Amino acid sequence: MSLLTIAYTLLFYVASATLLAGLTYRIWLYAVTPAPLRIPTTPAPTTAGGVVRRMLFEVTLFNSLFKSNKWIWLFGWVFHAALLFVLLRHLRYFTDPVWSWVALIQPIGKYAAFAMVAGLAGLWARRLLVDRVRYISSPSDHLMLALLIGIGLTGLGMGYLAHTDIVAVKAFFLGLMYFDWQQLPTDWLLNLHLLMVALLMIIFPFSKLLHAPGVFFSPTRNQVDNPREKRHLPTRNPSTSNAAS
Amino acid sequence: MAEFEIPALKPYPEIPPIEIGTMAHSKPYYAKQEHQQKIGFPGELVDNWEQVAIDKMGELVDNSRALRVFLDSCVKCGACTDKCHYYLGTSDPNNMPVARQDLFRSVYRRYFTLAGKYLPSLVGARDLDQGVLDEWYSYFHQCSQCRRCSVYCPYGIDTAEISMAAREIMDSIGVGQKYCNEIIDKAQTIGNNLGLPEPALANTLEGLEEDIEDETGVSVRLPLDQKGADILLVTPSADFFAEPHVDGLIGYAKVFHQAGLSWTISSYASEAANFGLFIGSYDNMQKLALRIREAALELGVKRIVFGECGHAWRVAYSFLNTLAGPFDFLDPDYPVPQHVCEVTYDLIQRNALRLDPSANDDMVLTFHDSCNVARGSRMGDFEGGQFVIPRAVIKASCNHFFDMPSDTIKEATFCCGGGGGLLTDDLVELRVKGSLPRMEALKQVVDEHGVTHLAAICAICKSQFSKILPYYGFEMDQIVSLHQLVSNAIVLGNEH
Repeated sequence: MSLLTIAYTLLFYVASATLLAGLTYRIWLYAVTPAPLRIPTTPAPTTAGGVVRRMLFEVTLFNSLFKSNKWIWLFGWVFHAALLFVLLRHLRYFTDPVWSWVALIQPIGKYAAFAMVAGLAGLWARRLLVDRVRYISSPSDHLMLALLIGIGLTGLGMGYLAHTDIVAVKAFFLGLMYFDWQQLPTDWLLNLHLLMVALLMIIFPFSKLLHAPGVFFSPTRNQVDNPREKRHLPTRNPSTSNAAS
Repeated sequence: MAEFEIPALKPYPEIPPIEIGTMAHSKPYYAKQEHQQKIGFPGELVDNWEQVAIDKMGELVDNSRALRVFLDSCVKCGACTDKCHYYLGTSDPNNMPVARQDLFRSVYRRYFTLAGKYLPSLVGARDLDQGVLDEWYSYFHQCSQCRRCSVYCPYGIDTAEISMAAREIMDSIGVGQKYCNEIIDKAQTIGNNLGLPEPALANTLEGLEEDIEDETGVSVRLPLDQKGADILLVTPSADFFAEPHVDGLIGYAKVFHQAGLSWTISSYASEAANFGLFIGSYDNMQKLALRIREAALELGVKRIVFGECGHAWRVAYSFLNTLAGPFDFLDPDYPVPQHVCEVTYDLIQRNALRLDPSANDDMVLTFHDSCNVARGSRMGDFEGGQFVIPRAVIKASCNHFFDMPSDTIKEATFCCGGGGGLLTDDLVELRVKGSLPRMEALKQVVDEHGVTHLAAICAICKSQFSKILPYYGFEMDQIVSLHQLVSNAIVLGNEH
């Protein structure tokens, strides 16, 4: 087994564990942190069913962003929707036999990669060109876009320019899943692609990518507007001793 | 008139290019030792303030899901950058909601996140030092906690929550704001923000009764501390003195009179506005809220009704039940608390009031949705009632009404520029500049529809507009109370 294979095998175990443990911890923190007061941004739904609807529209159509700025909405929505198809398409490398619906969406997923990179490029252009957005950008905000675009471009490169041995790639990942380790092909595009993906997985729970679980816990969006009908009980975190009132 | 440049009203609102530091000099007076201590904070900057502040930050984040989620979730997309009236009016980039949050988030990252601890410059993390504290004091007193940014944020991040936390941290190290903290002290010791003791209040209300009788020939009472009344009216203390607020109070009195409702004001809880909210202090907010509960129990009322007040209505509607409930001793047939607009609206629906809208024919009205009524509360039993009900009451009282442009009203409404504990003369530059978007929207309906007056349902909005309207070429009396319109239109007498 090559050094490269050993390194990537370890890397993907570490990355998966970090992503899983980090996200679980963060989500657990969001769930147990008290919400002392009712703070939905009104007008807000007056029933739990209404909140589910509001949240569904928010995470699938980016409702608030649409109200806010059509360009950010367009680039952001295209990127996220495309990313979804790209990710689903990649399930073919983790399932054997490939689920039929995954096989079905392969063409969509392949073209979605272009849309994904285009959306990211649009977001980056705004970050560089709009003075307000440039002002609020840290180096990490640029690097995050660079990383995502890098993943997209190396993926496209393998699809359209220099094909990689996808049978071997699939064997490698199935091997990881069933602890039956296989060789990873030495192909710089593939190796770069996977390195960046692993990096993204590791960064995820420590970065602004936490907006993905965060949105579901946002009290201004997920609370029901019924404080007069139903008393919202005051809660405090028991672990902080001096906060009792 | 002013030592600063008054922004020009443009025919179409524009997003200004950023001008770094234009409002860095703006900061309110610091609270005196005496007031700090009386409301539970250190009198002056504590010795190891950096550590105390960081500890407090950790405690606040551990106790607020909102704060934790908001600090983690921002992706710096820029959607909020052109949504704050203070940014639009000042061009200072630190008045963009995300940048304001980042003043706080940068410190949070430095002390509470892995990336900030080891790679601070990569993620924009900063040590808390004197310079950062000064920036906090300046810019967290340039947020009126109006929640407009939270409408447009894809994750619902509410800068108000972060401003409140920052103010609470500053209070906890001995750096408080004079205006808010003096007022909280007054409200907790005397019962209202103006510091009006019971005799003065009684005297004022008697004077108003005489005024109404002189004007209408009808004896309308404004009872104080009347045990056994059905309704406790809790209203901002500005309603007792300031113009046009007092005309609104007269309006409530006439509505109660004409509907035959028994009501009273309490001298112990003679304040609706709860400034505990502005400084993010749960404990102070609760103390003020409990006065209302105590007054309701003491007077033996069956209902609680709030007068026209914006942030007060948010605390009343959204928080009162949590802070001072349960209110199972009140009449379960009515929501607790009720807004006076809800009371009037219900009476109008039931034809229990006779209104003659031609009494207001000398005015062409528009309505300013107060930020915290619009985005932090509701009226009625349906989503968006806080927009429908006040307009319905106005339309029943006036013949001429036009709304301002749709992106400046309802949930998109702009703050008056003086909310959230900023209604003080030491911040007048900020207040004038921050009202620019509202003034532009007003100008548009003045030009297009001949609007003459702006009606509001918030004590702060009313005071703020009285002060800043003249800066933009309007008259100070072009702001009216909503119930002032009702007061003009109501037909007093037996037949209805």
